[in-house]
Amino acid sequence: MDISLLDIAFYVVAAVIIFFSVMAVTTGRIVRSATYLLFVLFGTGGIYSMLGYTYLGAVQLIVYAGGIVVLYVFSILLTQSDRNMRYKIPLAKFLTVLLTCLVGAGLVIFLLVSNHFALVTIPQGVELPATEIGHALIGADKYQFVLPFEVVSVLLLACMIGAIMIARKQK
Amino acid sequence: MNNNSFLDYYNIQDLNTAIHEALLSVMPQWLAILLEGLAVGLLIIVLYAVLAIILIYMERKVCARFQCRIGPNRVGGKGGLLQVPADVLKILTKEIISLKGSDRFLYNLAPFLVILASIFTFSCLPWNKGAEILRMNIGIFFVLAASSIGVLGILLAGWSSNSKYTIIGAVRSGAMIISYELSIGLTVLTMVLLSGTMDIQNIVMSQDRMWNIFRGHLPAVAAFIVYLIAGNAEANRGPFDLAEAEQELTAGYHTEYSGMHFGFFYLAEYLNLFITSGIAVTLFLGGWMPLHFPGLDGFNAVMDYIPGVIWFVSKTFLVVFLLMWIRWTFPRLRIDQVLTLEWKYLMPLSLLILLIMTVCVVFGITL
Repeated sequence: MDISLLDIAFYVVAAVIIFFSVMAVTTGRIVRSATYLLFVLFGTGGIYSMLGYTYLGAVQLIVYAGGIVVLYVFSILLTQSDRNMRYKIPLAKFLTVLLTCLVGAGLVIFLLVSNHFALVTIPQGVELPATEIGHALIGADKYQFVLPFEVVSVLLLACMIGAIMIARKQK
Repeated sequence: MNNNSFLDYYNIQDLNTAIHEALLSVMPQWLAILLEGLAVGLLIIVLYAVLAIILIYMERKVCARFQCRIGPNRVGGKGGLLQVPADVLKILTKEIISLKGSDRFLYNLAPFLVILASIFTFSCLPWNKGAEILRMNIGIFFVLAASSIGVLGILLAGWSSNSKYTIIGAVRSGAMIISYELSIGLTVLTMVLLSGTMDIQNIVMSQDRMWNIFRGHLPAVAAFIVYLIAGNAEANRGPFDLAEAEQELTAGYHTEYSGMHFGFFYLAEYLNLFITSGIAVTLFLGGWMPLHFPGLDGFNAVMDYIPGVIWFVSKTFLVVFLLMWIRWTFPRLRIDQVLTLEWKYLMPLSLLILLIMTVCVVFGITL
């Protein structure tokens, strides 16, 4: 079996994602946790780009890395938060979490074994053209998604109005 | 359409292919790609450092002229040319300190996040035909995405230094950069609309008849001005440098940094100025495309003999000079004025420009 450069890159990025995911939930400091989460999101963006979905990779960067994580860090800065969050965890809670993790891991491994690796099925090095994504997002034919697109934008508008209502000063 | 074969005079695509094939004949593919990647990476870093030195020297000279001074003139001959290289050597010898009560890991990480965002966007610039480093069909969108990482570095630097000055600077900078990203995104979208593509090289190629600022006339000029204002804020410069306002915050978010860690912030600030100008040149002033006017074939042919890289660099330095002019002319704004400017004026204005541009493109009222 020959291993291409892309395969090596994939495994390295996957290892980075796993490492920082574990770090994000085990670290005791909240800002560090947000930073590890940022590395996980970088990794997922990298994997999208490797699969040829550079659009999704850039969206991952701009929405999650540049938006959500910044929002997290910002709200941590503006609120008084504990520097150290190493609380004592009850045994029952620990066991439930462990069980959930094992079931989730089992499900993912089952799906991986029963299907192919995504890297095998998707043509490598071919970039999905942006025009195709655009047509898929706002077309009304089969496999085109104008309705969900519009529903999501209405939802976002509702969220924005709600946020303004909450933030507005009472007269 | 012009005769595009002229533009191929200085196309270095063939050279790249020739080097790649020469390497392939003596080594396996993966090694060839690895070596090319390393060479390009080294090139980016060297170019980055050299440009930073040139820009810092330029800033000191331009600033001095605006304040009726001479600027550096002792070190290295007549114009003080060796002043900045000497400063670089000096900063390299400084100790990198660590602070009591700071988060060591995040404190050391923050400058690298800032420089990472800057290098990502830097490698998207179109230097010449065939001389792009990162090319993808969503190019300009990737530039927006990568530049949004930088603000995180600033926030982390401010928080992890464990000081009042840095945290105030970081929160100010964060609020400002997140706000002005909207205007930048909308004006970039306006020009993507005019060019009909997001690929940076194709945006440049779409201006071979005329630069976008002429093609899009009124809305394009308005978008150019909005982009320059927002870009200036995004680079933490000019009248928007309240994140590091010397009189109130010492040096803002990088007060507690020393040695090369401070150097990274400084480097990134100047390179972000260059990148903002480079993207402005790409979107509005034709990137590496020579000055063309429809009908004047002789003039266009003469312009084509000047290599693209000279066009790109000279146009970019022109915009850099414009931004420095703004910086040393206007007084600093307050944080509430900065945010009012963005949310009450620039953002609605850029939405309006986007709308006008859409109407122009749909009805074909572009030149």
